[in-house]
Amino acid sequence: MPSPFILDRSSVTQVMAWVLAALLPGIAAYVWLFGPGILVTLSLATVTALAAEAAMLKARGYPVQPFLLDLSAIVTAWLLALSLPSLAPWWLIVTGTLFAIVVAKHLYGGLGQNIFNPAMVGYAVLIVSFPVQMTHWAGPLELSATHLSLAQSATAIFGGDVPKATLDAVTMATPLDALRTGLLQQLTVDEVLTHPIFGHYGGVGFEWLAGAFLLGGLLLWALRIISWQVPLAFLAGIWLTAGFLNFYDAGRFGPPWFHLFAPSVMLGAFFIATDPVTGATTPRGKLIFGLGAGFLTMAIRTWGGFPDGVAFAILLMNLCVPLIDQYTQPRIYGGARKTEEPPA
Amino acid sequence: MSRELHRFKGGVHPPDHKAESNRRPVHAAPLPKKLVIPLRQHLGNPAKPVVEVGDPVKKGQMIAAADGYISAAVHASSSGVVTAIDLQPVPHISGLPDLCITIETDGRDEWIDHAPLDYLAVEPSQLRMQLRDMGLVGLGGAVFPTGVKLDPGATQQCPTLIINGGECEPWITCDDVLMRQHAGEVLEGVAIMRHLMGSTEILVGIEDNKPEAIAAMRAAAARLDFAVEVVVIPTLYPSGGAKQMTEILTGKQVPSGKRSTDIGLQVFNVGTAYALARAVHHGEPLISRLVTVTGHVLRPQNFEVLIGTPMHTLITLAGDRDGTTGVLMGGPMMGVPMPNLDVPVVKATNCILVKSKELFPPLPNALPCIRCTRCADACPAELQPQELFRFAKAGDFGRAQEYHLFDCIECGCCSYVCPSHIPLVDFYRYAKSEIWAHEKDKRASDLARERHEFRQFRLEREKKEKAEKLAAKAQAKRAELAAVPPAERAVPSDADAKKALIAAALARAQAKRSDAAPKNIDHLTPEQLHQIEEIEARRAKIRELARQPLESEEKNT
Repeated sequence: MPSPFILDRSSVTQVMAWVLAALLPGIAAYVWLFGPGILVTLSLATVTALAAEAAMLKARGYPVQPFLLDLSAIVTAWLLALSLPSLAPWWLIVTGTLFAIVVAKHLYGGLGQNIFNPAMVGYAVLIVSFPVQMTHWAGPLELSATHLSLAQSATAIFGGDVPKATLDAVTMATPLDALRTGLLQQLTVDEVLTHPIFGHYGGVGFEWLAGAFLLGGLLLWALRIISWQVPLAFLAGIWLTAGFLNFYDAGRFGPPWFHLFAPSVMLGAFFIATDPVTGATTPRGKLIFGLGAGFLTMAIRTWGGFPDGVAFAILLMNLCVPLIDQYTQPRIYGGARKTEEPPA
Repeated sequence: MSRELHRFKGGVHPPDHKAESNRRPVHAAPLPKKLVIPLRQHLGNPAKPVVEVGDPVKKGQMIAAADGYISAAVHASSSGVVTAIDLQPVPHISGLPDLCITIETDGRDEWIDHAPLDYLAVEPSQLRMQLRDMGLVGLGGAVFPTGVKLDPGATQQCPTLIINGGECEPWITCDDVLMRQHAGEVLEGVAIMRHLMGSTEILVGIEDNKPEAIAAMRAAAARLDFAVEVVVIPTLYPSGGAKQMTEILTGKQVPSGKRSTDIGLQVFNVGTAYALARAVHHGEPLISRLVTVTGHVLRPQNFEVLIGTPMHTLITLAGDRDGTTGVLMGGPMMGVPMPNLDVPVVKATNCILVKSKELFPPLPNALPCIRCTRCADACPAELQPQELFRFAKAGDFGRAQEYHLFDCIECGCCSYVCPSHIPLVDFYRYAKSEIWAHEKDKRASDLARERHEFRQFRLEREKKEKAEKLAAKAQAKRAELAAVPPAERAVPSDADAKKALIAAALARAQAKRSDAAPKNIDHLTPEQLHQIEEIEARRAKIRELARQPLESEEKNT
């Protein structure tokens, strides 16, 4: 083996483990604010992802153990699980996870080769194919009289016998849904925001969940596992777009802080858009990537057919990564900026 | 004295492991029985042997001369007899043997006559040639001939001289120890460099993990009659890289593809300055150097080692241990694994690092690149290593070059930080060698094509010349014919011309035949005729006489 003969103590496993660790504050907040159902979703997604990963590695003739231990499949599973409605049926979770691991990850060549963020592909497939089931959000405990226990959540997720009344009492529109529906009903933003689901900045509970994801994200930044460019640019993209729209017509467009303090935004900014495999690599590229994703998120929320747009925004920006990287090559030591045209 | 320091981008903080070897005093390694001295110990052309097998040599005697401008001479490190000039294993990454001169030492260690040079009295160009003939090369690792580097150029100025005492590579302490013990002589060398380069500003950069070296150099600098600024720089690999040192001290970057003299500065290693002082003030060519022997040995330390000493003697000297897993020449970041330990210490040998499983655990298997860009953050050349890796792996060498593959200094920072444990530098070396090979092939095929095209051109030209010559000849003939009979000029047809040619040829032949006929029977004088008749008569009478005895004999029998 040629030089160098020493290595820093870092590994893919370590990177992925820190990402998982950084998700723990968010998961804890989720359980605290929305009940323990998310644990069922997380577990099911994890088991499915590991099984799919192992099967695909075997089928592709790769050594199973080192790749399973890199923990990347679990990161995908958790990110998808945290994006899904907490009372989504089991088959929805399994379908989404399978699609993420099998199609979005392994059919593109496995770890490091996929163009699109696997969790977001899984999410996009589900919301396009099963829009109704994708609305089974448990509302914040603070607002609902009935609380589901862990067992009850599991029963609900696995299609067991849970009284429909109980389920109806638990599920609730998300704040973004509420805003969207309200605006479609020709209400003004101020009128919509009087709904009890809205809290200080975002939704009741949701804003705290967003805060917990932000905390985990800052941990990743402090550990230099993610760089500051993507999250900051992503948040700036959302804030600037929302702020501009809100300034233009405060009656028709939600306030920027509300758009910023959604869990999906914080999860997207710090955990999903920062996925190194599918994101831009150059410093300026990361800024463009983040800003683009933030802007597209707001564009989809405002004019698109879905209440939230983080997943589609990130997938669309994933598409642009080769182009962004190509045109944002930094200056090298003692060199001029790379200006050569790419070969035809 | 505080200078504003600049930070180069990237870099890593590997454990420095300096304390192991820099606390023991320096000993001279004993004279070995056999010295194997390679002819290629520097960049440029290998030296040409000037001794033959069986020749006695003295210590410091030139045994191979520099071949060309970018080259350096090679000297006998001790007295003895040349026993072989042949291929021997050498410490090179290729593992291939190279031409070496083997000297059986006689133990007397007898110097050749040598004297100090009065460098102020010698013409700079002549001094540079003398340095080349004394075998001086950069001892920081690149072993570039020092004489060549000590030329600021006819039109260029080199106001800034940087003396590199960074020694950023882990484990190595030979420069550290040299500065502690020979600060004065290092600066004497610097004075000579200053004279040759015409520099006005002299900066010595030393990493802050060498406080003793810093103190020694500062004390020595205070005694000088010119200003030398000893600058303490933060420990960060690869701050000892010439380009990185330049940026730290001056904030300037050497433009890609240019030399540091283009921006008015030149960088020398402290070891080079010391060797220069020995050469000029003592007349000693470069025949020994400080070598750190460290790692998995009992007594890690520095030795003053004669060039050509086999490495295993040094490891034995430092106390070899069980469980050795290999030996590197150089440090763990850029060092070269040694194929065996019979290889000699050469001018580039700054460190012999003995590996063990504990100190250098086997590297884990590589995983796919996850494009985390830690390599880009660590790259001091400010490249995008993840892209270079992608292109190199895909065999897209054109793109790799476009992404500045050849600005890579192979410092190993990218591989060091890679969480996927990809041997990135290896991929870059591979890509570079492929590109070189391709360019060589291309040059060869260009040459072949040029040759072929020239041959075609030559054949074509010869054909044309032949045709022209024939045409000119025919023209001349026609003109000649036309000039002779004016009557026939009226009908200058080809057939007539041919006929005329034939006629002329016949006439010539006739003339020739008549010329060739015997001339002594025509136009004879009467006296000649008479003589001929007489002769003829006599010959007839002789013939008659000759016939008669035959008849008489017939009668008798």
